Amino acid sequence: MRFLFKTDYEDDIKLIPHSGYVVTYGILLALLLIAPYVLSSYLMSQLVFVCIYATVGVALLILTGFTGQASLGHAAFLAIGAYTAAYLQKYNVPFPVYFLAAGLLTGIIGAMVGFPALRLTGIYLVIATISLALIVEEILARWESVTNGNEGMRVKTLSLLGVTVPRDSPTFYYLCLAVLVLTIVGTLNLLRSPTGRAFVAIRDSETAARSMGVNVALYKVKSFAISAAITGFAGVLFAHKLSFISPEMFTLQLSIEFIIVILIGGTFSLHGAVLGAIFIVMIDPFLTYLKDDMPGIIAGVAATFGASSATAGNIQSKVAAFASLNGLKGAIYGIIIVLFVLFEPLGLYGRWLKIKLFFQLFPLYKRATFKRQKIYVKSERNR
Amino acid sequence: MSYFRAENLSLHFGGLKAVDAVSFAVEKGEILSIIGPNGAGKSSIFNLISRIYRPTSGRIFFEDQDITEQPPYDIAKLGIARTFQNIELFENATVLSNLLVGRHRHSTTQLWQELLFLPSVRASEKVHRRRVEQVIELLDLEPYRDKLISGLPYGVRKVIELARALCSEPKLILLDEPSSGLNVEETDDMSFWIRDMKSELGVTVLMVEHDMSLVNRVSDRVIALNYGRVLAMGSPAEVQQHPDVVAAYLGA
Repeated sequence: MRFLFKTDYEDDIKLIPHSGYVVTYGILLALLLIAPYVLSSYLMSQLVFVCIYATVGVALLILTGFTGQASLGHAAFLAIGAYTAAYLQKYNVPFPVYFLAAGLLTGIIGAMVGFPALRLTGIYLVIATISLALIVEEILARWESVTNGNEGMRVKTLSLLGVTVPRDSPTFYYLCLAVLVLTIVGTLNLLRSPTGRAFVAIRDSETAARSMGVNVALYKVKSFAISAAITGFAGVLFAHKLSFISPEMFTLQLSIEFIIVILIGGTFSLHGAVLGAIFIVMIDPFLTYLKDDMPGIIAGVAATFGASSATAGNIQSKVAAFASLNGLKGAIYGIIIVLFVLFEPLGLYGRWLKIKLFFQLFPLYKRATFKRQKIYVKSERNR
Repeated sequence: MSYFRAENLSLHFGGLKAVDAVSFAVEKGEILSIIGPNGAGKSSIFNLISRIYRPTSGRIFFEDQDITEQPPYDIAKLGIARTFQNIELFENATVLSNLLVGRHRHSTTQLWQELLFLPSVRASEKVHRRRVEQVIELLDLEPYRDKLISGLPYGVRKVIELARALCSEPKLILLDEPSSGLNVEETDDMSFWIRDMKSELGVTVLMVEHDMSLVNRVSDRVIALNYGRVLAMGSPAEVQQHPDVVAAYLGA
């Protein structure tokens, strides 16, 4: 176990507390850089989605994790970014311009959503953001002159400085990775400066934040705008990755997936966004695998335990029918959220910290170390 | 003109007059205590000053400026800091970041500078950090710098709240029951700190307090309230002997 001896105020500010971080994150970055030359094209494609989802996850963490404003409307921000890119592409706007324009426009819309959200907290804010998602989805379907309606829009291959970057090329992956890394670094910078601390202050006690001179309304709007803008950037990459966008891709389910990203990853650290993104991107092929293979496996097990071939076939078809039920995926997502909130509220990153501490303190680790102690319960709060 | 002044301050909740035409003035550099039975309107006055409530009528002046209509976050920018009766700390943040929020009114950096963490931001962060360290030293909070608030005992939290208010380098500090929930030693410490704040930092103190021994030790003047009205005003000894005050406390 390493003990840090701080000798300078710089030690409280710097992003890399000690040399161990350089080694571990350096190795991680090196692995990510050589990934395109090692991994299969399928896994690379998944990795690109991990980068995009993690970027949205970081955006959502800024708003939900650090400012405490829940949002189920991030699919709408993603859609706005994606459609801005697709629309501007029609007029041969170069990539850097429409990339920035998409972020800017989404940020402005995010701020506009932030204003009415100032008076809402908790569940009411969630409902307001859900309605945002529904409204945007509807607009995308109806505003045919711009969005092409339900027929969707084709997104041309990305062209960066005269070089075409196909969606499955290593360059596109590096682009997504760069956006993710820049987002994370920017967010870390924000969190160690007054704005980030004001966000956290608003999350934990608006009254106290206000009496310390934090303009709560302004910072909430800022948080919405930053979060939306980052999601807008991710939306551009998302559109390029899919090469075709239509309104039914940006449904409420996508917003829920983003919430899952941060809930499962852990809402208290940016690590959570990345871990959650890996989880959500990898669970989809896993569920597909279960859906395809589980009926056969269950029937096989039944046959081994002496079921006749007719019964086994019957079981197989019934399980297959169950596995292809509509909305089963949503139900599984729901169960995953409930289980995580109940049994692992700190998320995957919290679990990782516990495992790490177990080995650091071995054999002295106690299970209660991470248990939150309620020494003092607030009796009354100024709201 | 007085340093801080409340004129005919009233706060009505429907028919209930929580604060009823209260006028008082605080001189620069003094420690003024507000005492009174439960529900007398002491905390309501604080919440009026820090603009959590909007006064039904009356005006508040600070340094000859009318602050009655200022938005709540501007009150802190003017140099009025406060603590809360039922501790309002940022539970899931470290002590250090709680105290740094206290520095918020002095932060001048822009959002884009912070995103890039430019050298100017780094420099101003170090200034904030140094100021916070001075307060940490003053209030003996060294062992807790990197601890989360949610794991700290009540007495320490109370001190951290005082520290957070001091970090904003206030001109006037509002202490809402600084000794509630503290044991005898902690209350002693608190009384020393309150006097230090006055003598070393030159802070003017307005304090709501129930512990009469603390009030006697630190206050220059005392105001007694009951049912939202001022009963008596004067030196601690005078107020305690005032017949209306005795009646209010003993029910005679």
